[in-house]
Amino acid sequence: MEYQNLFTRLQVEAPLHPGLDLGPDTDKRSGMTENYWLGKFGDAQLGPIYLGGTGILSILFGFIAIEIIGLNMWASVNWDPVEFIRLLPWLALEPPPPEYGLSIPPLAEGGWWLMAGFFLTASILLWWVRTYNLARRNGMGTHLAWAFMAAIWLYLVLGLIRPVLMGSWSEAVPFGIFPHLDWTAAFSIRYGNLFYNPFHMLSIAFLYGSTLLFAMHGATILATSRYGGDREIDQITYRGTAAERAQLFWRWTMGFNATMESIHRWGLWFAVLTVITGGIGILLTGTVVENWYLWGVKHGIAPAYPPIEAMPPANPMTTGAGQ
Amino acid sequence: MNILHTIRLPLVAVAATATLAACNPPPHDTVQRGFRGTGMELVVDKAERAESVSANAAPDVIPQVPAGGPKAGDLYENVEVLGDLTVGEFTRVMASITQWVAPEEGCNYCHVPGNFASEDVYTKKVARSMLAMTQRLNEDWGEKHVAPAGVTCYTCHRGQAVPQYVWSHDPGPETSAKIGNSGQNIPSPKVAYASLPYDPLTPFLEEDYPISLQGNTALPTGPNVGTKQAEWTYALMMHFSDSLNANCTFCHNSRAFANWEQSPYQRVKAWHAIRMVREANNGYIKPTGEWLPPHRLGPEGDVPKVSCMTCHQGAYKPMYGANMIDPYPSLARKTGVSVDMAEAAASAKAERDGPVPAVGNMGGGE
Repeated sequence: MEYQNLFTRLQVEAPLHPGLDLGPDTDKRSGMTENYWLGKFGDAQLGPIYLGGTGILSILFGFIAIEIIGLNMWASVNWDPVEFIRLLPWLALEPPPPEYGLSIPPLAEGGWWLMAGFFLTASILLWWVRTYNLARRNGMGTHLAWAFMAAIWLYLVLGLIRPVLMGSWSEAVPFGIFPHLDWTAAFSIRYGNLFYNPFHMLSIAFLYGSTLLFAMHGATILATSRYGGDREIDQITYRGTAAERAQLFWRWTMGFNATMESIHRWGLWFAVLTVITGGIGILLTGTVVENWYLWGVKHGIAPAYPPIEAMPPANPMTTGAGQ
Repeated sequence: MNILHTIRLPLVAVAATATLAACNPPPHDTVQRGFRGTGMELVVDKAERAESVSANAAPDVIPQVPAGGPKAGDLYENVEVLGDLTVGEFTRVMASITQWVAPEEGCNYCHVPGNFASEDVYTKKVARSMLAMTQRLNEDWGEKHVAPAGVTCYTCHRGQAVPQYVWSHDPGPETSAKIGNSGQNIPSPKVAYASLPYDPLTPFLEEDYPISLQGNTALPTGPNVGTKQAEWTYALMMHFSDSLNANCTFCHNSRAFANWEQSPYQRVKAWHAIRMVREANNGYIKPTGEWLPPHRLGPEGDVPKVSCMTCHQGAYKPMYGANMIDPYPSLARKTGVSVDMAEAAASAKAERDGPVPAVGNMGGGE
């Protein structure tokens, strides 16, 4: 009955468990402990942690990247610690200016950005190798690694693949909180409104769809947990009353239901397609499409509306009205 | 536990409301000014607008004086711009200028007491250039931007010797010598505290780098302006928006920012305003640098210049459209020295070819 609550009300207390014996270096895992507050939103047991070579390198490279970004931000306020905290959301490490193209710029003019990007990318890719290897070690499928790769694809398109295709590092995203958001808006404005980019549309549909599916699935399982709905795996192979009720509910609601198994495929595909389609949309922008609004007009997806002015204005630059 | 239970929902509701309301508290007026469903809406914060309207009231006008009488140029020495006025009208204009620009300091802010013809006070020479500029704006930029309200000294000065909203080259924050200055990513009021380039006024309102940035074909036709340069234009637009307290759709249909046919007519006014401000800065204001004392100059030694904010001050029309010029016909057309200066301004160089370099601060165009 406690599972009925929207928030976790119940903690299972059990002796710390090191997990399965999965080979010779099992004893290298360390750091098992228990934490009541962790138990509030997850498993109260922390660890055992196993980093291994890729994990250690990934954390090291990630640390170097964050360090380069942070120190550049700090240098941009002349090492003033108070200003660094106060202005942190505005600060950034910018990619090189356009004149450097794809060459290696001096450190002060984007060289640090290039270096931070290298270490961050190396860190992320090493962490990907780790997720792949750990899945294999645990005898699991590699679904998680490939889902992670989908996100890495979008990251690589933004910071590496598209800038290379455009022939300039300056087309990449700055490292910074507000700056990357301003960059996103400027990017959309520059390339004629990303909302007319069909892959952007798909990405949004999958993003919002993901949140919808996640809420539907989570709510369905919680709502049927009194009948064992939380034991989803059991219910896949033996469709118990929880699955029956949940599925009947959705059939009554919308005539169709996912199964206890397929709902997880829905979730996975919606999530990974968000970033896969998003990455395609970014990749096409500027490389093969110059102005998404005009592209939309050309292909009939941007409707025409009555003009705002009775006498619509003309470009003063071309009509010569200006000078 | 029970209490927590009871107050949890209201607590969450209050927290959510507080978080969202922090952006720009209601009530707002939304004015539809385009086809339904296209989002062509102006958002007006009522409280803010009411405050702005009272802060942007037109000044009292000194009553007209009877016509006739000797001309100021015949009676006084060294009257170059307004010599054709009758002495009565001339005195009225001078008194108005005093009210507009130096109400505390009075006549002696520009004149040597007892010798009003003297050029010994630098402000007199500056004032003459500013008179010429005002006449030029009203006569030659009226149709394009400032008519029918017109401009007087008060439009910018508002009772202060130096208008509140002037700008000069922004050297930006002090950075470590180890890293370059990216020219952005520091909150600046000039761009409404965005992390965009903090001095878009130098390249666009003093120099004449091209502002438009979208390609006008669906598919690429060759190298074009990049995303980094787009941030400069974006910064300038933030300045416009903030100066007029108007959202993008005041001038643009935001579905297609570059498209003129779908734009409100205000965009044409703004297009001319950019050229007008450039001319005012280069043709009339920068030459006063010859006379200005060092403490009037910016941190990089350049003359304080005008931008949209200098006149608009948060109103979509300065003084919310109150007519400024009709009571002062002598400021409505060029007379005397102003004719030469207008020519100098008109010969300002043509639009540049290349995009803004998109790095560092733009430095002076001196």
